[in-house]
Amino acid sequence: MGYSAQLLMTLPEVVLGLGAILLMLVAAWGGQGSTRAVSLAAVAVLIGAGISLMGPASAGGSAFGGLYRADMFAAFAKAVIFAAAAVSILIAPKFFATTSGDDLRPEYPVLILLSAAGMGMMVSAGDLMSLYVGLELQSLSAYVLASFMRRDARSAEAGLKYFVLGALASGILLYGISLVYGFSGTTLFTDIAQAYAGPKSTGLLFGLVFVFAGLAFKISAVPFHMWTPDVYEGAPTPVTAFFASAPKMAAMAMAVRVATEAMGPAVHDWRQIVVFAALASIALGAFGAIGQKNIKRLLAYSSINNVGFALIGLAAGTQAGVASVLFYMAVYVVMTLGCFLVVLQMRDAEGNAIESLDSMAGMSRTRPGLALAMMIFMFALAGIPPLLGFFAKLEVFNAATAAGLFPLAVLGIIGSVPGAFYYLSIIKRMYFDDPAPKYEGRPGLVEGGLLLAASVAISPLGMLVLPCLSAWTALAAKSLF
Amino acid sequence: MEHFPILSIMLAVPAVAAILCLYTNAATARWIALIATLVDFALGCWLWASFDLGPHAAQWQFVEFQPVFGRFAYALGIDGFALMLIMLSVFLMPICILASWEAIEKRVPEYMAAFLVTEVLMIGTFAAQDLLLFYVFFEAGLIPMYLIIGIWGGANRIYASYKFFLYTLLGSVVMLIAMLYMIGVAGTSDIPKLMAYDFDPHVQTWLWLAFFASFAVKMPMWPVHTWLPDAHVQAPTAGSVILAGVLLKLGGYGFLRFSLPMFPEASAQLVWLIFGLSAVAVIYTSLVALVQSDMKKLIAYSSVAHMAIVTGGLFAFNQQGIEGGMMVMLGHGLVSGALFLCVGVIYDRLHTREIDRYGGLAINMPRYAALFMLFTMASVGLPGTSNFVGEFLGLAGMYKVSTTMTLLCTTGIILGAAYMLYLYRRVVFGDLTKDDVKAMPDLSLREILTLAPIAAVVLWMGVYPESFLKPMRADTERLVARIERASPKGDSLPTAGHPAAKPAHEAHGEAH
Repeated sequence: MGYSAQLLMTLPEVVLGLGAILLMLVAAWGGQGSTRAVSLAAVAVLIGAGISLMGPASAGGSAFGGLYRADMFAAFAKAVIFAAAAVSILIAPKFFATTSGDDLRPEYPVLILLSAAGMGMMVSAGDLMSLYVGLELQSLSAYVLASFMRRDARSAEAGLKYFVLGALASGILLYGISLVYGFSGTTLFTDIAQAYAGPKSTGLLFGLVFVFAGLAFKISAVPFHMWTPDVYEGAPTPVTAFFASAPKMAAMAMAVRVATEAMGPAVHDWRQIVVFAALASIALGAFGAIGQKNIKRLLAYSSINNVGFALIGLAAGTQAGVASVLFYMAVYVVMTLGCFLVVLQMRDAEGNAIESLDSMAGMSRTRPGLALAMMIFMFALAGIPPLLGFFAKLEVFNAATAAGLFPLAVLGIIGSVPGAFYYLSIIKRMYFDDPAPKYEGRPGLVEGGLLLAASVAISPLGMLVLPCLSAWTALAAKSLF
Repeated sequence: MEHFPILSIMLAVPAVAAILCLYTNAATARWIALIATLVDFALGCWLWASFDLGPHAAQWQFVEFQPVFGRFAYALGIDGFALMLIMLSVFLMPICILASWEAIEKRVPEYMAAFLVTEVLMIGTFAAQDLLLFYVFFEAGLIPMYLIIGIWGGANRIYASYKFFLYTLLGSVVMLIAMLYMIGVAGTSDIPKLMAYDFDPHVQTWLWLAFFASFAVKMPMWPVHTWLPDAHVQAPTAGSVILAGVLLKLGGYGFLRFSLPMFPEASAQLVWLIFGLSAVAVIYTSLVALVQSDMKKLIAYSSVAHMAIVTGGLFAFNQQGIEGGMMVMLGHGLVSGALFLCVGVIYDRLHTREIDRYGGLAINMPRYAALFMLFTMASVGLPGTSNFVGEFLGLAGMYKVSTTMTLLCTTGIILGAAYMLYLYRRVVFGDLTKDDVKAMPDLSLREILTLAPIAAVVLWMGVYPESFLKPMRADTERLVARIERASPKGDSLPTAGHPAAKPAHEAHGEAH
């Protein structure tokens, strides 16, 4: 295969990489004044990268000696990632303009572009080396983004915490990779799978455990979730929305690919780890959230909880299981972005962001439309039909029962009940309590449009996209098997 | 088959009205809701009138089918059981709207929208022919009810709304796993096909228990009934009517539609559990009802006792029992709904549900006293009223299976008479001593309009139950034939009688 044909397969990352470099130069020369232009250009680059997915990038080929996979699985994950990244750029200007402290600088969209390029590599990696490079590109951009509000102590703390713990996780992952490499003699997924299919050595097993520990950190599954609430709370809200959506999807897709492509034959070994992580995440995400007073912290626990449900699909280890993970994550990304869009409107008359849950009291009377949207997202996150969140849960539990994992499915679904409690508590505040001072944050055209789109997608009308979504995820999952 | 999609239209009318309500003011919303529910009632009457009762009628009528994704399909269709329960829902709905006409003052558009959404979901639950579609409608009903209790409820409404939601959610989620398993094994999510599918008897027990967890909470059966008194007491009047009238029937409908035909062996094996819990429920909750000082709580506990007779009847595995169970469900839906409306009438005047605050209403509210009397008697199960038919049939069916349990459940009728008459005496009879009670006006035209239709139907069901039994008969026969193979051996061992030979002309005369 010619070099140009291989480059064409990696077109999304090429577009993102070149776009990021070009915009960085624009930012360097244009300075603060170029923020708006760079933001719009960055969105255009993401759209371009998304369009390029329709070409050879999703044709199912393998480039650069197996380092890079251009299959439907990666294409699906990238489509979600690029969309979430674009939303994170679009919601930023208003937030930084109204929040006292730092202004939005043109580096913000550039960093998101770099991160998106890294995430593209993560989900397309067919080799542990390219996986690690992609992961680090994504993580390093994320560390900077977390501390983007330089004058805000919480933001700086979030960035530092994320960096220290993220570096630790990368170390664990690298250690696992080195063990796998040492005992299998290769870093290529297909060859690793052969090593796992043969007689298993203790070294390979340890490698597997460490690799999964590293992956668990990236998707913030219990017991490697500790960073999530602090980072989510401290990071600027658009950045938190980004963290909760795109990198989550990327890390989950990466974990799925490693689990099925590289370690597929060892499914019985890693299933125990995934089952434990899933149930522990569901339980901790649910019970940890109950005592929270801050909406961003609560959403952090909600993300831990949701990762647990997605992992149930992975635990099935089947094609349907992989499809259900993609389905779940896609729906989850829309739900969580919707929640953060509501959180962005929570501001007082001076434009200061309010993050306390108590301030949401009586929102249904002061801001009925906003409250209705939030209610839809909350019921959807709780998995109540006929909202889209229910169908996402249905898919993962369907995969788990089809794989015969009944205890896991029963425990998991029972675990959704305490989770429903805190989602309900938000609805209770908004609908049952007496009104607190009104939020003055007004969504502009962009935010309002995005919020409306997310609400409609999650509402019962979203059922119309179900056939399309389930067909696409099934197609994506097929490319891994 | 191309025909008029009446079931979809019955779902669409309140759904569209609900959306319209949200964008109007209070007065318009009331009228929109009333008209929409009346249109749905008219459609329901048309549904009943055109329901084919002939000897070669299909079991499932008005079938609609539209695949959605995977095995999930938009499949609707009704049999006699579903028809009757849909009729109950669409009949009670306009009454609920009328009952909330003046009682609800704040956030009227949202209130009406919530009620209309509830109507959509109830009809959908009864009409769904796809297992997952059923679950969607069944579970989604939690959302509007949670809001109705939480926003428009009484003082302790928050606690009640949480308890209602989480209790019923916990009950239902395990059922979803069982459903997914069934769909995987049987390869279809079509309810009629699943009703004819024979699951492995060992697995049946687990599946049955999973469904039982959900329906027992909905029903509600002792000891998972505790959400009901809280929800009832805190809900606004119309909310209580819908809860008692229709939502409680979802549990019984579930037993009838899923537990019995899909898992006959497990049902037979666990019939002791149902009978035991029913007997405990009848006696225990009746005694609890006897000592209540809150009127709504008393009626709520009486609902649990009545529902226990339903479960007992349904699991009798014979025609009388099942028909009796259905009749109690229909009768109780009307009577307890009417009783909640009666409580609502005086609550709107005095704003208290304490029984001791009233007394002597027969003097200044004679029309009210008469209607309240009728519903009290119907609740007791007086012959000539709806509940008598159902309770008699249900207990007769149960008798064939277990005489002891029937004896225990029959005490419910005596205890029922005790608590209902005691309630009636304290509220309506006695001296009219309290000044504020003296000032209470008799029923207004609107209130009569809400109560009189129910009174008429209660008497109709009591005097000529055949109208209601006939649509269900063929379905009951099919169900009995389906579960006969597992039918538990009864301990009453009834034998056919030996009627004395009658003179020929007399027998001839009877045949006319």
